[in-house]
Amino acid sequence: MDIAFIFAIQIIYAIAVLTLISLGLALVFGMMRIINLAHGEFITLGGYATIMATKAGFNIWVAMLVMAPIVVGVWSLFIERVIIRFLYGRLIYTMLATWGLSLAMTGGLTMIFGNTTEGVALDIGSIPIGVYQVNGYNLFLIFSVAVTSILVAWVLYGTVYGRIARAAMQNRDMTQAFGYPVKRISMLTFVVGGMLAGLAGGILAPTTGVSPFSGATWIADAFITVITGGTAPLLGTLASAGILGVVSTSTVLIFSSAAGGIALLIAALILLRLFPLGISSIWQRSGK
Amino acid sequence: MNINRRNFLIGTGSAVGALMAVPYISHAQSKPIRLGMLLDTSGPFSAYGIPMEKASQLAVESINEGGGLLGREVEIVFRDTQSDMANYTTFANQMVRQGLDVFHGGILSASREAIRQTLRQREIPYFYNVLYEGGVCDGNTFVTGTTPAQQVEALIPHAMNAYGAKKLYVLAANYNYGQITAAWVKRYAEQNGATDVEVEFFDLSDGEFGPAAIAKIQESGSDLVVSVLVGAAQLSFYSEWLGSGMLANPDVHLISTTFGVGNEHKVLPAAQSDGMLVANNWAPQNDSAENKAFLEAWAAKHGNTDDIHEIAVSQYQGILLWAHAVEQAGSVERSAITQVLESGASIVGPSGKVEMDPATHHCKLDIHVMEIQNQQMNIVKSFAQREPVDTQSVCNLTENPDSNVQYEITL
Repeated sequence: MDIAFIFAIQIIYAIAVLTLISLGLALVFGMMRIINLAHGEFITLGGYATIMATKAGFNIWVAMLVMAPIVVGVWSLFIERVIIRFLYGRLIYTMLATWGLSLAMTGGLTMIFGNTTEGVALDIGSIPIGVYQVNGYNLFLIFSVAVTSILVAWVLYGTVYGRIARAAMQNRDMTQAFGYPVKRISMLTFVVGGMLAGLAGGILAPTTGVSPFSGATWIADAFITVITGGTAPLLGTLASAGILGVVSTSTVLIFSSAAGGIALLIAALILLRLFPLGISSIWQRSGK
Repeated sequence: MNINRRNFLIGTGSAVGALMAVPYISHAQSKPIRLGMLLDTSGPFSAYGIPMEKASQLAVESINEGGGLLGREVEIVFRDTQSDMANYTTFANQMVRQGLDVFHGGILSASREAIRQTLRQREIPYFYNVLYEGGVCDGNTFVTGTTPAQQVEALIPHAMNAYGAKKLYVLAANYNYGQITAAWVKRYAEQNGATDVEVEFFDLSDGEFGPAAIAKIQESGSDLVVSVLVGAAQLSFYSEWLGSGMLANPDVHLISTTFGVGNEHKVLPAAQSDGMLVANNWAPQNDSAENKAFLEAWAAKHGNTDDIHEIAVSQYQGILLWAHAVEQAGSVERSAITQVLESGASIVGPSGKVEMDPATHHCKLDIHVMEIQNQQMNIVKSFAQREPVDTQSVCNLTENPDSNVQYEITL
């Protein structure tokens, strides 16, 4: 039964990766109704921050878990101040602006780092499960996504900031009327979304390597996961990552890797046909 | 002599006329030979295109320093296609209208197919200097890169014998190059006594090789894993392979037909590729006089030699082979140089002898099996002058000189 256990790890791993790359995007979309099409490049920037910090002599764990979120967080702050804050409430404009931003970032990263894939070495050994060996890093990735999800849940549902942010999401004007600084909350939310993207880039850098174009490989899956999940930033994303991860990984295991990608898209289409506002509309409907 | 106004005017007038005519006449004689070139030197494929463009400059410079061809300079007419296939068609049409004597360029098979017919119609000889899936059978096209059978024929039997391996597992990119190469791996493995060959295809954008992909390989009990993976996303396989402890496993060996062509062994951490076997046409460590001279010339012109890769060398050799044919033919005309090339013309370049195979317009090439250690490719065994047997199985331009097709090679 070892192989069944391996398959279970694989499915959880797929869900963890989808959650990791989607969380930042989901937070910004859910809380602020902004679709950040440069999210993939934010992840890439986190990857480069990790590689640069490692080369500068930082411990790889510090580079990955601390430096990457900080660098992308600062970058997000800058972008929010000069672009995003003028576009609140205008979904299409934010998509256009962030799409342009993603092209500019890809070009800029190519100019700085050149168009090659850079890797960073991190080998934490393998763990034997029966006759099989599992990459220890995969288990670390699953663990770190679980911790991050719990942290995000705690901030959203257990802190004053989270309550105000959720209030601002439900009724912006009313929250403003109560005297809460909605604009500053929006800025903070965008920065936290950026930091989550940076963390994703840092954690993924040792497994995938980073190139100026690697954002494009993440944005499609992240976008599909977030839209399928709906506007509940954490639970919606977890639910859709769970369903899409199970469907695509099972297809990969039964058929082939190529079929897995198709299965993910078909599952997303069916889910969106059933719940046009995303999975989280199931439990949000009563509140509206 | 009596100098009057009339004589003065006649004398100086004709002298000035003669002076003006001299540069005009010599200019007509030395009108440069126009070498058209389209390469992706920006965008996702620029890692391939930039070194190819550098190699072309080097080749043309060395030709011109040696007095040019037939007393004429060679001039490169270059445009960056920006990794956009639509640009190939547009730019090629503009270029051919301005007049070209030869064309060297194109990287992806899609880019080659976008321009091949335009060049054929205008009777401009086309040199495609890139390793590719094989099967192009076109009297106007000349290929100087390797095809799958040339690599696989050397690599698979060598690795199976060296490791005593019997069960193979092939991981291949899911498009025509990957599918055709996987088929050749299967054929040569079975001819060499393999008991089992499993093949799995992965999408080009697939960046996730989780525990199950590795477990499937372990479960199959294979002792030789062949990577035909392509592109940046699929590079994650190598970190997964290292991380799961498989690279260090003494019972399972990893070899690849694609790794290192884009200098992957230099950009990824050394630990991910130590001990891997590859088979390429160009060996950086080859200590032939031609290779040393090439590396020195590259260093003198471009500085660092780290970015040179297999297809940059192919591009360099393609231009030298064409130049050799022009000198032999005494002309840049297509029919004249084709006749020379079809007589089995050859040059010796950095990767060894490059000899045109008349029936296929592909080349006989040396193949070196190399082991990667500490980001260097060390030659393990060399195979001289391998024939392009895959394309030979479907294409015969000697019998059908008007062929104009790319055969899908199925096994």
